[in-house]
Amino acid sequence: MPNLAALLLALAIVTFVLEMLRRKKLREKYATLWLFIGALTVVLAAFPQLLNIASDLVGVQLPSNLLFILSILLLLGVCLHLSWELSGLEDETRSLAEEVAILRTQIERISSLPTNIKSQESDSD
Amino acid sequence: MNSLPTQRVLVIMPAWNEEEAVADTVAEVLAADPHYDVLVVNDGSTDKTAAVAAAAGATVLNLPFNLGVGGAMRAGFKYARRFGYSRVIQVDADGQHDPRNIAEVLAGLQHADISIGARFADRGEYTVSGPRKWAMIVLARVISSVANTKLTDVTSGFRAGNDRAISQYLDHYPAEYLGDTIDSLVVALRSGCTVTQVPVEMRPRQGGTPSHNPLKAAIYLGRSVFALLFAFTRKRSVVPANQPGPTPAAGE
Repeated sequence: MPNLAALLLALAIVTFVLEMLRRKKLREKYATLWLFIGALTVVLAAFPQLLNIASDLVGVQLPSNLLFILSILLLLGVCLHLSWELSGLEDETRSLAEEVAILRTQIERISSLPTNIKSQESDSD
Repeated sequence: MNSLPTQRVLVIMPAWNEEEAVADTVAEVLAADPHYDVLVVNDGSTDKTAAVAAAAGATVLNLPFNLGVGGAMRAGFKYARRFGYSRVIQVDADGQHDPRNIAEVLAGLQHADISIGARFADRGEYTVSGPRKWAMIVLARVISSVANTKLTDVTSGFRAGNDRAISQYLDHYPAEYLGDTIDSLVVALRSGCTVTQVPVEMRPRQGGTPSHNPLKAAIYLGRSVFALLFAFTRKRSVVPANQPGPTPAAGE
């Protein structure tokens, strides 16, 4: 028989993720993983006997232990994904910082030119 | 602005809170040869490094926040490429590298893509001891065997590069600790760049003292081995082969 509390919680999580997605508070690439986790929780809450069948298949004595190990693995995956994304972001930020520094130097060089050259340049625009 | 004559040399000087020493170093470099342009990469300094360097006659690249030596050098290489410099040399802002040696290190580029000003090669009295020394010896041996030439000081920051080296650096120049020396050198070698070394003397720093903490030295050893192992598994860069003169060593 379905566990009503677990089912409601799982549904709430899925609704929350979808709502964040709808309001553009969450990028699709992150939402995919959370929706997958949410869907899995909904299915397990609706049919708890699935967990017993699965643990028999894998050879885990206590079904709850299977649930725990799965949760830990999924969270580990989420963490790794975030570190990966963060490294990418840092790389992008660094490139931008380099670019900004070079542009600033160029602008300062242009604005320190004598005014007559500057007015000629603006005339030619 | 992008049509500088190619004989000009860009001297890249990463500087982080170096207001005490940077002015003297910039002035010395500019006095050494009229073909040198000095680019001080101000790596998020909180003191007057930028103003002092600009007053001394350097072009200043102000990074908005601290990126480390590797990040500062990457910005410098990007600048060099954008303004058409075909030769660059990295010089420390703290005055450790003698500007009179710049010409000697640059001369090494006549028969290699990267030229390192080496501290242990029979000249000067730069000494280290303990784990840091072992690390440096191991690194030098391993990298020498990849380079097919004897290198004694692979962590030296006093190094020059030509057009090919700039292309390679722009493709891969890690900003991590030690990535700017070991990792970049190994990947450059594996990508077909050639390396040579020129013996130079080091001068005492003008500000600050070098650390001799054994724990730090041990950490240094560990991280350098780590950096080395990674460098050997990295992807090669594709560098232009249109270099007149030296053919790249058959390292493939």
